[in-house]
Amino acid sequence: MTDRKATIPIVAVPADDEVMVSLYAAREKIQPRSVSGLFSRWRWIMVWLTQIVFYGLPWLQWHARQAVLFDLEARRFYIFNLVLYPQDFIYLTGLLVISALALFLFTAVAGRLWCGFACPQTVYTEIFLWIEKRVEGDRSARLKLDRAGLSAEKLAKRSLKHALWLVFSLWTGFTFVGYFTPIRELGALSMAAALGPWQWFWIFFYGLATYGNAGFLREQVCKYMCPYARFQSAMFDRDTMIVTYDEQRGEPRGARSKKADPTALGLGACVDCTLCVQVCPTGIDIRNGLQYECIGCAACIDVCDTVMDKVGYPRGLIRFSTQNGIEQGWGTRQMLRRALRPRVLVYTAILGVITIAVGLSLFLRTPLKVDVIRDRGALARMVEEGRIENVFRLQIMNATELPQRYAIQVSGLPGIALDTPAEVEVLSTEVRAVAVRVQIPPDAASSGSHPIRFDIRATGDEGIHVSEKAVFLVPR
Amino acid sequence: MSDFTSDFWSWYVAGLTLVSILACLVLLWVSGTAKVKATADNTTGHVWDEDLREMNNPLPRWWVYLFIITVVFSLLYGLLYPMYGKYPGMLNWTSGSRYQNEVAKRAEEIAPLYAQFNGMEPQQLAGNAQAMAIGERLFMNNCATCHGSDARGARSFPNLTDGDWLWGGDPATIKATIISGRMGVMPPMAAAVGSPEDVRNVAHFVLSLSGSPHDSVRAALGRPAFAACAACHGADGKGNTAMGAPNLSDKVWLHGWGEEAVVRAITKGFNNQMPAQADKLNADQIHVLSAYVWGMSNKASPAPN
Repeated sequence: MTDRKATIPIVAVPADDEVMVSLYAAREKIQPRSVSGLFSRWRWIMVWLTQIVFYGLPWLQWHARQAVLFDLEARRFYIFNLVLYPQDFIYLTGLLVISALALFLFTAVAGRLWCGFACPQTVYTEIFLWIEKRVEGDRSARLKLDRAGLSAEKLAKRSLKHALWLVFSLWTGFTFVGYFTPIRELGALSMAAALGPWQWFWIFFYGLATYGNAGFLREQVCKYMCPYARFQSAMFDRDTMIVTYDEQRGEPRGARSKKADPTALGLGACVDCTLCVQVCPTGIDIRNGLQYECIGCAACIDVCDTVMDKVGYPRGLIRFSTQNGIEQGWGTRQMLRRALRPRVLVYTAILGVITIAVGLSLFLRTPLKVDVIRDRGALARMVEEGRIENVFRLQIMNATELPQRYAIQVSGLPGIALDTPAEVEVLSTEVRAVAVRVQIPPDAASSGSHPIRFDIRATGDEGIHVSEKAVFLVPR
Repeated sequence: MSDFTSDFWSWYVAGLTLVSILACLVLLWVSGTAKVKATADNTTGHVWDEDLREMNNPLPRWWVYLFIITVVFSLLYGLLYPMYGKYPGMLNWTSGSRYQNEVAKRAEEIAPLYAQFNGMEPQQLAGNAQAMAIGERLFMNNCATCHGSDARGARSFPNLTDGDWLWGGDPATIKATIISGRMGVMPPMAAAVGSPEDVRNVAHFVLSLSGSPHDSVRAALGRPAFAACAACHGADGKGNTAMGAPNLSDKVWLHGWGEEAVVRAITKGFNNQMPAQADKLNADQIHVLSAYVWGMSNKASPAPN
């Protein structure tokens, strides 16, 4: 490293072909060609899966309420048989940690899988493209329509397309709000146009965001806005599966007749049909190698394989492979062996541990929360027969959806007993503050503070049980 | 924004805010009109580390418009909301007023609930489970601090469950107490009674009224001096609800029991105060709360749950 200079020199390359350009340029519209094939099928499977869940969930009922409802105003999250409270916020943290680690893991193993197959931006763009194709035709027809002057036909096609997009977007916005307001009521309300201002706002905002992102911005979201896109490429290494072009096999590229022997012509396998560029949703040429715009959607793989089939060459000129694999000509098995590298194993281990921990704690969660609060007014009292009394306030939160009766027991000192009713009722999903008086016989304990325990049990369900520590004070 | 100590800082902050926003615009204009070199292979001509060349990747032009929109948004925001120093904004928005609005809105939402309670007598309300659940929460949040979660009070804080009332225990009086508070004043009486020895004698007489342990000789000596106390506590020491004078002949000792406590009471007097709740609770809430408090010492059934 001795020959390295301390400063990094910026060498101006003398060039006679210099042009002056602005830092900003008008976006060139991309009209991706539609594609069919293995990965395209997988993407559509993911589209169906994610969207059936998204549009379907709010319509499911669970015991006379919506199965999944995030009631922000009442601060209750209903998820099937779970009712979560602000105190359960840790589960959201757990979910986010799991999501982040899963993203790291998938990215380290197989590149931008999330981007290419499951990201809402990709999914909605796919749906919008499908609508576009139905109305205006495929790539070439759309390019022609773009160039054409205004005509009745163009106006009709464009209006129809935007109308369909808008309907779909509004439905998406409506569904989104349906997670926060019961969707059946929301439907009835919107029919009567009697929604609250915020409901209107969010339906239109989310609808507009869908319309704008999937209809107009498309690949620009990934290129200029998305933070994941930036740091996912930082999780790549030389053994990450990425969409690659096999340069050794493909170059030199060029058109040729189907019957000609490419080796005799001195050509590689690439017939330079540019279909891989036409199908690319971000408009790049994968043959230039890995670029930050590539979202790993594998549309170019699908289309190149069909071309290879047509001209009778083996598939896989563009394929999922690793940087090492492409350079050293490895087979699948060698690449798979490298898939179990320390980084992947560590991600898997952490992800596994956290997932199991969150799952277990959700499974073992007690739908009852109790806080013991000592009364500040009187630390201790002497009552009849010289008994010593402490007053506590139990904040009992019934996290079930049924009214519950709770039996309160106190232990920890000889002869300790409650002077208040040992059973209290708390209505469903409510919090109740109950005053309890705890007494001990005279001389049962020395003066000072003594640890005691409150045990609160649901009378109907032995499994619902909370034990809380408290301190009993004995005056001098 | 009333927390500026001088106008200078208000102007300083406002100026800084405005200059920052305008600086964003200037930066945008500079970068928007700047021209950079680019070569035919779409690189900028910059090379690092021998062979790392910088590619020319211009941002889309709508990025500029978006930036302008954000600047316009912040200028408008500053006009509508308090952003520039002391300037309160055209909407006169404050977090305090927002809180008040939300409280008012919430009160409007639950008004129908309280409306049904308003027509009911406290005696009826005390038997209404829903009203009592509300009363319990109101009590826990507003009264329990002094009177205790179990409403049994503490030294100098009256017990509300024992049926012994300083000012009277009928629902209307309880309501009046909650609305405007009470001042339980007893002046220091040592001067009126006489020497410390006389005070101790009176104390023993007071203890004798409730049959508490006392020295009967001292009590007999103290009896004449009790005339000074009788003005408020009555000749028989039964107290007077008109002025909140406690009954001295029962077993309830608000300010402590025993000789020393009574001596201290006579010597120093009291200035006991219950704050008015009218500005904290509205009439509907007070109506329910008085019924709840009345119900605690007038239970048909002993079980509170």
